[in-house]
Amino acid sequence: MKAFGVLLRRELALAWGRGGGPLLALTFYACVVVLLPMASGRAPERLAAIAPGIAWLALALAALLSLERLFERDYEDGTLDLLALGPAPLEAVAVAKCLAQWLATGAPLALAAPVAALMLGAELKVMPLLVLCALAGGLAFAFLGGLGAALALGSKRGGLLVAVIVLPLFAPPVIFGAGALDGYAAGLPWTGGLLLLLAYCVGAVALSPLAMGAACRNALD
Amino acid sequence: MDARNTFDFLTNPERFMAFSRWAAPLLGVLSAIAAIAGLVVTFLVPEDYQQGDTVRMMFIHIPAASIAIFIYVCLGVASFLALVFRQALADLAAQACAPIGAVYTALALITGSLWGKPMWGTWWVWDARLTSVLVLLLFYLGYMALRGSLEDEQKAARAAAILALVGLINLPIVKFSVDWWNTLHQGSSTFMAKKGDGLPAIYAWPALLMGLAYLGGFGALWLVRIRALVWRRKARSLSLKLAETAR
Repeated sequence: MKAFGVLLRRELALAWGRGGGPLLALTFYACVVVLLPMASGRAPERLAAIAPGIAWLALALAALLSLERLFERDYEDGTLDLLALGPAPLEAVAVAKCLAQWLATGAPLALAAPVAALMLGAELKVMPLLVLCALAGGLAFAFLGGLGAALALGSKRGGLLVAVIVLPLFAPPVIFGAGALDGYAAGLPWTGGLLLLLAYCVGAVALSPLAMGAACRNALD
Repeated sequence: MDARNTFDFLTNPERFMAFSRWAAPLLGVLSAIAAIAGLVVTFLVPEDYQQGDTVRMMFIHIPAASIAIFIYVCLGVASFLALVFRQALADLAAQACAPIGAVYTALALITGSLWGKPMWGTWWVWDARLTSVLVLLLFYLGYMALRGSLEDEQKAARAAAILALVGLINLPIVKFSVDWWNTLHQGSSTFMAKKGDGLPAIYAWPALLMGLAYLGGFGALWLVRIRALVWRRKARSLSLKLAETAR
């Protein structure tokens, strides 16, 4: 447990300090949101209809951004070998990395999501739900993305490969979150979507560390 | 006879090569016969009262879709055997079946699209089935991309096997989520209406024959591809040995 705390602090410091930390992800998020009205037209009623969904999808894309280096850096300089020898199992190392990733980029992005949705013309009443979905979904995105990053260890074309592996896995959480948001905005039942999103998130947090540990051990062999 | 001996022809490379040498062409011939018979019957069955001639699309479309899913299960099982029991042939089998599965999935999507245009008036709708088959194609492509981009073959094999197993867990969830998504939104009523009734007996024959043809075709292609991978591995180890002795 102590080892896990130390690891988490290290990962947080790295995630926060690395290349501007959350700022980079937030800027990317802002870029996507700015480009959207330019692409789809700026008619308010059209934008408002898709605002929560787009704010939600852009989150998934922004979550991908910094994942590529999650394991790669430690793998390249040999830190991952040392971590594998240490007291904490590689599964715990993976959990610490994904958790730190979520705290450093997922949570700030979740707080920024309502601003983006407001600018696109979403209604104010959706905001608490949007933050909640973004927090839970961000956790699932971080763990699934960590899985993709661990599997792609040692590959020469990291970023694109991680995206291709991970984005199909994002399908269920994206659907559940968007379902809850759309339902809520339209006054339809929405708790089902939120609960399914939370369930998926719990499942991802519970199961993907096993796969990440196996993938890291495979890469270190 | 215990299980070890029963499945020896699948785990022992020597015996596998001897077995697949006659099994692959046999399956290919059976598949061709079933395909010819199935196509003949396809054009003999009467037109559907609603769909007219386009109902014949069904016999080349539905088998492709079901076998595309079947191949992913094969991929998952082979990956599991390769990952947990370190079966070298199972790993080659997983590697061999991914591109075939991707082609069958693409075939299902393309024939479905060609059928959809006259029937629904559109090439594509974001219907639950169409969407989950499209995600299945993405899973195949992701598997192939991961496998192709790692240089160390052993590591590539194991990383890809982990991904295949993750996909095996995730695909039912994708299927469920897409169904849920579709019922939440306005469903495509033509699709639901068409699915209402069971298949009439007269249409079951061509569907069954084409299904056998597709299945046999997959089996033959799979065996041929595994054989090619075994040969390639053999050739590589021979060339390594040659380089050692030359030095």
